[in-house]
Amino acid sequence: MADENAGCARPTGATAPETPEKKTTEPQAKEIKMSVARVGTKAPDFDAPAYYRGGFTRVKLSDFAGKWVLLCFYPGDFTFV
Amino acid sequence: MSAVAAQYDTLQKLGVEVISVSVDSQFVHKVWNDNELSKMVKKDIPFHMASDGAGNVGKLFGVYDENAGVELRGRFIIDPDGVIQAMEVLTPPVGRKFSESIRQIQAYQHVRSKKGAEVCPAGWEPGKKVLKPGPDLVGNVWKVWDPFKDH
Repeated sequence: MADENAGCARPTGATAPETPEKKTTEPQAKEIKMSVARVGTKAPDFDAPAYYRGGFTRVKLSDFAGKWVLLCFYPGDFTFV
Repeated sequence: MSAVAAQYDTLQKLGVEVISVSVDSQFVHKVWNDNELSKMVKKDIPFHMASDGAGNVGKLFGVYDENAGVELRGRFIIDPDGVIQAMEVLTPPVGRKFSESIRQIQAYQHVRSKKGAEVCPAGWEPGKKVLKPGPDLVGNVWKVWDPFKDH
């Protein structure tokens, strides 16, 4: 097997055969309402588990109200860039 | 993220808090901090490293790649009112330029401190020329701002 180029995203090479879509006329209950972030608009709030200075905690964006926040998403821990 | 951690003092001086987000668990964040990042920046990561396993936060910000199951490199500058002032999204193989984030934060902080009476033209950095929008400036930017000298 040839080595694959590791790339810079977290490796997610696994694929699975397509599962047939459920035929239903009812709207998907868990459909997430997409209010995609835009400049000039309020940032959507979130509350997430976090690692912070040696401990496990949660981080909630709205707790930082009154401060400037630099919010950085990245593909994954232990990637190369 | 090591680049942000290395420059964290600069962010603190500007009163900026950092939150990093990936799909990894908070436990993996700890191991990454302990085994790699802390060796790169000679200290522990000083900011919250959030875990977004299901990509729900990334979806809210439009930076979750459903096919790969990872977040794109999305960077957002959020002001004290919670308003997103700037965003930048890169695909995984190219990293961000941290100094550009700092430049944008300083520019937005300047605009905010002047309540919008001054704006920051292209390439603005602290100490460089700002513009004061108003009737007198319409059609006259060329007299006060030189893209060769002032950029």
